[in-house]
Amino acid sequence: MNPLQRKKDRIDALAATAAGGGDIPDAGHVSESGGLSLIGSAWLRLRRNPVFLIGAAITVLFVLLAIFAPLIAPHNGTTKYLISQVTPDTPIPPSQKGFPLGGDDQGRDFLSRLILGSRQTLIVGVLATLAGLFGGLVLGTIAGSIGGWVDSVVMRIVDVMLSLPSLVLALAVATLFGRPSQWTLIIAISIVQVPIFARLLRGSMLTQRASDHVLAARALGVRPAAITFRHMLPNSLGPVLVQATLVLATAIIEAAALSFLGLGNPDDSSAEWGQMLGKAQDLFDISPHVAFWPAGCIVVVAFGFTLMGESLREALDPRNRR
Amino acid sequence: MPVTKTAAGVALLAASALALTSCASSKRDDTKSNAKSDTNATLNFGAAGAPATLDPFYASDGETFRVSREIFQGLVGFKPGTAEVEPKLATSWTPSKDGKTWTFKLKSGVKFTDGTPFNADAVCKNFKRMDSQNKAGQTASEYWLANMGGYNGADGELYQGCVATNATTVQLKISRPTSKFPALLGLPSFSMQSPTAMDKYDANGIKAQGQGFVYPAYANAHPVGTGPMKFQSYDKTNKTVTLVRNDDYAGSDKATVKKIVFSIIPDETARKQALASGQIDGYDLPNPVDWPSLKQDDNLEIRPAFNILYLGLNAKVDPDLKDLRVRQALYYAINRKQLVKSQLPTGATVATQFIPSTVAGFNKSLQPYKYDPAKAKSLLKAAGKSNLKITFWYPTEVSRPYMPAPDKIFNAIKSDWEAVGVKVTPKPLPWAGGYVTGTQNGNAAAYLMGWTGDYNTPDNFLGNFFSDPKGQMTVGAYPWGGALHKSLQDNDSIVDESQRATAYQQLNKKIMQDYLPGLPISSSPPAIVFSKKVTGVVPSPLTDEHLWTAKVSK
Amino acid sequence: MLRFIVRRLLQAVLVMFIVSVLLFAWLRSLPGGPVDSLLGERATPATRAALSKTLGLDQPLPVQYWHFLSNAVHGNFGTSTQVQSGTDAMELFLQRLPATVELSFFAIIIALVTAIPLGYFAAKRHGGLLDTGSVVLSLVGVAVPVFFLAFVLKYIFAIELHWLPVAGRQSPDLDATRVTNFYVLDGLLTREYDASWDAIKHLVLPAIALASIPFAVIFRITRASVLEVLNEDYVRTAESKGLSARIIRGRHVLRNALLPVVTTIGLQVGGLLTGAVLTETVFAYPGLGDALAQAFSQRDYSVLQVLITMAAIGYVLVNLLVDVAYAIIDPRIRTR
Repeated sequence: MNPLQRKKDRIDALAATAAGGGDIPDAGHVSESGGLSLIGSAWLRLRRNPVFLIGAAITVLFVLLAIFAPLIAPHNGTTKYLISQVTPDTPIPPSQKGFPLGGDDQGRDFLSRLILGSRQTLIVGVLATLAGLFGGLVLGTIAGSIGGWVDSVVMRIVDVMLSLPSLVLALAVATLFGRPSQWTLIIAISIVQVPIFARLLRGSMLTQRASDHVLAARALGVRPAAITFRHMLPNSLGPVLVQATLVLATAIIEAAALSFLGLGNPDDSSAEWGQMLGKAQDLFDISPHVAFWPAGCIVVVAFGFTLMGESLREALDPRNRR
Repeated sequence: MPVTKTAAGVALLAASALALTSCASSKRDDTKSNAKSDTNATLNFGAAGAPATLDPFYASDGETFRVSREIFQGLVGFKPGTAEVEPKLATSWTPSKDGKTWTFKLKSGVKFTDGTPFNADAVCKNFKRMDSQNKAGQTASEYWLANMGGYNGADGELYQGCVATNATTVQLKISRPTSKFPALLGLPSFSMQSPTAMDKYDANGIKAQGQGFVYPAYANAHPVGTGPMKFQSYDKTNKTVTLVRNDDYAGSDKATVKKIVFSIIPDETARKQALASGQIDGYDLPNPVDWPSLKQDDNLEIRPAFNILYLGLNAKVDPDLKDLRVRQALYYAINRKQLVKSQLPTGATVATQFIPSTVAGFNKSLQPYKYDPAKAKSLLKAAGKSNLKITFWYPTEVSRPYMPAPDKIFNAIKSDWEAVGVKVTPKPLPWAGGYVTGTQNGNAAAYLMGWTGDYNTPDNFLGNFFSDPKGQMTVGAYPWGGALHKSLQDNDSIVDESQRATAYQQLNKKIMQDYLPGLPISSSPPAIVFSKKVTGVVPSPLTDEHLWTAKVSK
Repeated sequence: MLRFIVRRLLQAVLVMFIVSVLLFAWLRSLPGGPVDSLLGERATPATRAALSKTLGLDQPLPVQYWHFLSNAVHGNFGTSTQVQSGTDAMELFLQRLPATVELSFFAIIIALVTAIPLGYFAAKRHGGLLDTGSVVLSLVGVAVPVFFLAFVLKYIFAIELHWLPVAGRQSPDLDATRVTNFYVLDGLLTREYDASWDAIKHLVLPAIALASIPFAVIFRITRASVLEVLNEDYVRTAESKGLSARIIRGRHVLRNALLPVVTTIGLQVGGLLTGAVLTETVFAYPGLGDALAQAFSQRDYSVLQVLITMAAIGYVLVNLLVDVAYAIIDPRIRTR
């Protein structure tokens, strides 16, 4: 392979995962001693790492909030309790008894919507990441394990996907479905993540193909499919997991950006932080808190996921083992 | 060696920079007078979009008209702040008995800004030019097409000809009497433009190319009118249009500003912030949520409402709606008072009929349908449709003066309908991505739409909604469709104004009580806002503000 | 080397062609379109049909594409219907390009100037307060949505404090002379220094907001890369030889550590355009991002076609340049 291309692949892996930054990952470099002790030693280090602990705490809190949201929220998110207070002069009902954060522009309880919003936000983020992961898995595995001209074709497709600005890809999907909805939002965000996962997996596959244990398996006559699924994929899990965590953070932010541009889910009966932030821009002068609260939640959650992802990566980097 | 390479690179850059500097020179006029003195002030206005063209004949967008209203005049104008017709380039006018010939007496001593005299001959040259359009021009000149119905002597065309009987008298012939005259002639698209300039710069030379229009030189850079301002330049890179005072203006309302600069700022929030920081002195259609703060900090002017928002219904798409009782039930179910109070700007009113109260022919005695969910439920029950299911369309990615936040209005109506047992299926579509097409083709069972009037006749509203039996609300599918169609045509042809007004009042009553093809919701007055140092501009229901009368203090 | 470049260029052309065809077909398959945008509530089936016919939108797709191609060869890339009505789409692109390039340039400069030194020192003082603090800062930079950051910056510095202008590229009453359409440069060339200064003032806030995206990435990569290099043998050799820290830094560490940074800058171009769409919208900055957002909501096909295709071309070209630059900087690749 072209020496420039090889170097570029390594940089790709580095750069792609450096979207959150971090120490040099060596995507695909696998320790000879197998998976379990790597994870074991990783866990030992993580337990003591404050960065990981903070990130994990935020993440766990967020997930718990999302799961138990209807129990935690004081009211439901759709009833327009304070609609009588909504007038053109006072579009946002202020904080009052029973409604600590006041109402939104339709008179619904802002605090409840904020809490319930964690659910939709988590769902959107998780589904988008899973979809992106799945797509990237398919493309990357095909390219990496078969190699040759198949590899070139698939990577050119991935190049095309990367050559279009992510926003345009998102616009494309939103309009392909005729009208924006929650599903178009999820698919749009995931399409942007597919090439990242694809490159990651492909890089991992390619490096592993030349490694000893794979060569041994092939010499033993193990079927290529079995090699792929039982040997190469599990070893790629580490970096993929790290990337997924980081991608989750960006998925949530992308959802907010698309909502801001009007491509989000127009139906706001179920709250979602990105949607709330997108709709809050108009009211910023009068009631900045309507924007700051969802923005703050997004920032904290994205921050938490990123911290966790970063420390996971550092922990799983076999060169850190001592 | 890297050091030498770097040095060479820097030297090369420096050399080329020096070379370029000697080529470029400042073309700026450094002898500007102080721009902030009284009648030499510049008014900076924030426009929401770029003008499609500078020739209003080929335009239908408010941004083009905003510019053209300053530099052009029509035979008639509108009294500031009203929709009432007043003399402009014509001093008086009389229709013939059969209403098919209109005689206009013209103002004398008026010149276009390029020196061409304005007279009856110029008027006829204008009409001749407007009527003889090539293929591209025929689809670009939307107002002519919509009102005159054709070009080049086509069958059914309203316009029949122009005769200049003497230098200051001109006759316009039309095929049948219509309430459109003479108000139509005050619209920007029918402005009088300089025949000399139009000839010189090939005003009719519009071409269709690659999904857009290529405008002729006249429309791109040389519009010439008789108005109080004249066109100076359109800087596309910096997105500004500049007009300067016409010192030879013949009217009495001379411009009190030396320059008007339109800064094109598409984002509404950015316009608001530009006003707050002093970058612009005013802008149009501020978001109603900003009105309270704008009222405090600036001069917010609310226009008299001249628009209508309605909920269209289509019985052909949804046969459940064929029963009048069902439509009435849906109307009684909506709490319009609360909708208007909470989701629409200050000054919005509940609509009682399909035209706003400022239009002649408005029936003052009509009472609005009250909010009565119990009655709604019983009507549905009587019609056997207690479990009515309806698909409700609403637009996204758009804001209209009569409908600033479509999704809010949709949500409010949806909850009202659900409260009486109607099951609503939402169908949001992007405005330019299927909503307009779908609703105009009559594909939507229930949808939100509206209209801002062009001039003061009910036909401008009702005709637009109902004259096409297959259009939006497919009125042709109803048993009374034919009767409605006939009434619209007949009423429009009544020459006598007061007779016409009475006829329309009766028609409005019939529409609301017996027909009810759709549900008029509200009229929302849009606003225009200026900074505290700008006074003198009268808000107009027709968006026809005379910016040249602005007084900008220091 | 030359063969490599030529091969990549040909591949790029093929990709561009495919992108352009797919884009064309997709745009026209969308419901609605420029006709709806132009006519709005004034549309009736008759006027829509007439306008469609005039704009050539009623023809079958291959015919439309053929017209598009034959016009493009003559330099007509379609006329904008809404973003800047009447202007040729390519002309609009060329008009707006300097605006976004200027903005991106300043954003990258801001990002580089802050991120590289910060990354270097964070790596040198690995584990210290500066290191942890700046890592956290970069993470926060990633976590904050760029349009929100733009909004907050605008609110604080332009609206509340009035330090900087709110929107646009240049104050209209300056009447500046245009040469290259890069406003800062123009002011310098024509010696209208107040115009340059005014242009810079308009650039500050959007550039800072836009810089937040590459800042985080460049910082992390610099830090990671420097960390790796610092542990390399040749650095320790240099240190033990007694070379001054500056020489070590300049000649050894940075030169090697910056290779990945160079590649990243290439990858950032795509992300910058996305960021530009959001930032330019918030600041009403008349660049490509703003045009893209408007063109989309108003279904201005011609503009969309040109902008998206050019964006793809730009991305491919920049990456090619990066690969070439890489080969130049890294002598190991050249000698092979």
